[in-house]
Amino acid sequence: MSGMSGASARPAAKAQTPLAYFAAQTLKAFNTNKTSWIGLAVFLVIVALAIFAPALAPFDPTDQNILEKLRPPSAEHWLGTDSFGRDTLSRVLYGARISLVIGVVSTLAAMLIGSAIGMLAGWHGGRIDTVTMQTMDVLLAFPSLILGLILVAMLGPSMVNIIIAIALTSIPPFARIARAPTIAIKEREFVLAGRALGFSDARIVAGHILPNIFPEILVMGSLWLANAIRTEASLAFVGLGVKPPTPTWGGMIREGFENILDSYTLALVPSVSILVVIFALNLLGDGLRDAVDPKLKGET
Amino acid sequence: MTAFVVRRLAFACVTLFAVLTLVFVLVRIVPGDPAQLILGDQASREAIESLRHRLGLDLPIGEQYGIFLSGALRGDWGVSMVTGQPVIREVLRVLPWTIELTVVSLMLGIALGVPSGVYAAIHRNRLVDYSVRIASLLGLSFPPFVAAIVLLLAFAIALPWFPVISAQSGSLSAWYRSITLPAVSLGLITAAYITRVTRSAMLEVLSEDYVRTARAKGVPWNAVIWRHALRNALIPIITVVGLYLGILIGNSVLTEIVFSRPGLGKLLIGALNQRDYPMLQGMMVIYTLVVVLVNLLTDLTYGFVDPRVKLK
Repeated sequence: MSGMSGASARPAAKAQTPLAYFAAQTLKAFNTNKTSWIGLAVFLVIVALAIFAPALAPFDPTDQNILEKLRPPSAEHWLGTDSFGRDTLSRVLYGARISLVIGVVSTLAAMLIGSAIGMLAGWHGGRIDTVTMQTMDVLLAFPSLILGLILVAMLGPSMVNIIIAIALTSIPPFARIARAPTIAIKEREFVLAGRALGFSDARIVAGHILPNIFPEILVMGSLWLANAIRTEASLAFVGLGVKPPTPTWGGMIREGFENILDSYTLALVPSVSILVVIFALNLLGDGLRDAVDPKLKGET
Repeated sequence: MTAFVVRRLAFACVTLFAVLTLVFVLVRIVPGDPAQLILGDQASREAIESLRHRLGLDLPIGEQYGIFLSGALRGDWGVSMVTGQPVIREVLRVLPWTIELTVVSLMLGIALGVPSGVYAAIHRNRLVDYSVRIASLLGLSFPPFVAAIVLLLAFAIALPWFPVISAQSGSLSAWYRSITLPAVSLGLITAAYITRVTRSAMLEVLSEDYVRTARAKGVPWNAVIWRHALRNALIPIITVVGLYLGILIGNSVLTEIVFSRPGLGKLLIGALNQRDYPMLQGMMVIYTLVVVLVNLLTDLTYGFVDPRVKLK
């Protein structure tokens, strides 16, 4: 990531555009650990399944059919039916949408707010830095799942409130990860040069510091997306998810758990789905982290 | 050493104060009047007013804050709206269950995680290393309640080795039967975290000069690993264990629900469902106390493990 200044040293004829440079770096990061490719592929397949759920799902996910309730997997219902006779496969496909939307939106919000807080704290230093990061540490110390549970319970379980609660609990790690490199980078020559040219603080931070810490934030993002999906499922599991009959994976596990003695597939199918998504995201983020983490650079 | 302990204690007090303030603010920024929420839409104006008075919501905000802070520190957390019992009594009644589960899971996590992390590190980039890395990544991908349900399905329903509801106590064998599945489901996830941090901490330490020196002067490999390297890798491991305890306490909520085990989790979910505000507030205070205490212990352990920390 420090190659930004190095790129200009090359012959001018073959100067890389910033975008091409970024693409090349990304490709290199992916190739550091081949498992990142597997993670990305699996995740994209799940995203595609979620997007095309209306076309792929054999049944309406909320269509009840009491005569067909708690059926084991069959040719008609590949993954069986639940206690209302709803098709489990269709519900899992639609449930992916809720998990992904809540996960992605809340993680993006946390990324934006958290990195902004971290960069500002690191950039200003002094008292602002101390107070902000102390606050972040306090938030980080509190069990995020419990904070999320209480926030959603008090705000009421709607999609927007769930997103707010998950985003709030994921802000501190992003603030932390954005702060440290900001402090290191603000002493570098190109920042000094920017200052000498009379650039405003905002321009230096947005134009020259952000691109340098962006890869790390992005990697953290994939790991925290996994965490957000897990938190959403946990909330839904204790009854604080998006209101039924909208299918959510956590809610489906809850229903499956209540009928666990009658049908084991009911709890198992959404459980495995969640596990696959989170595992794929962890593979992706973990593989990329090795490439991005400056401490590990030059290894492997 | 005394100065170090005093400094850490002071910091813990500041944190405690900050989180208590956060809890206070959190309970009050919620849209809507708690009294209205508790009593429902049909409640009369008088009933709401009298409940507001009982909850102290009619006092000026500064006074409410003072009452809350002094109450929180004295252990007076109000009375549950549902049972009419003092919140602290309800909390203390179930707290041992949660502590027991957390401690046993943590022990299991350390006992499994540290050796496998060390083993993976010294066999770096070999098949064992890859297997341990993938297995630990899979382990920490498990949402806690999913791990619990899978174990419940496998070892309480498909193979009826353990009870479905785990709340027995009394004899040692009953205790063992009731704690095994909940502790294993949390312990395996904990082990996954500890394995990963142990592995990376060991990798870092193993490339240090003093490890090479120790090997060069003929210290047996086992002694190098366990005495020289692991000792120095302990700081990051303890950091993660300390941070993870907070997550573990959060995760235990779901595990307790799946295994119908008494504990803070069941109390919390009950309070959430019934909108028992004093209880919720009290539970946030207890979680805060536990987390601050754990952080303090972690900090003090640093000083114990690494004498350099005390000097900073």
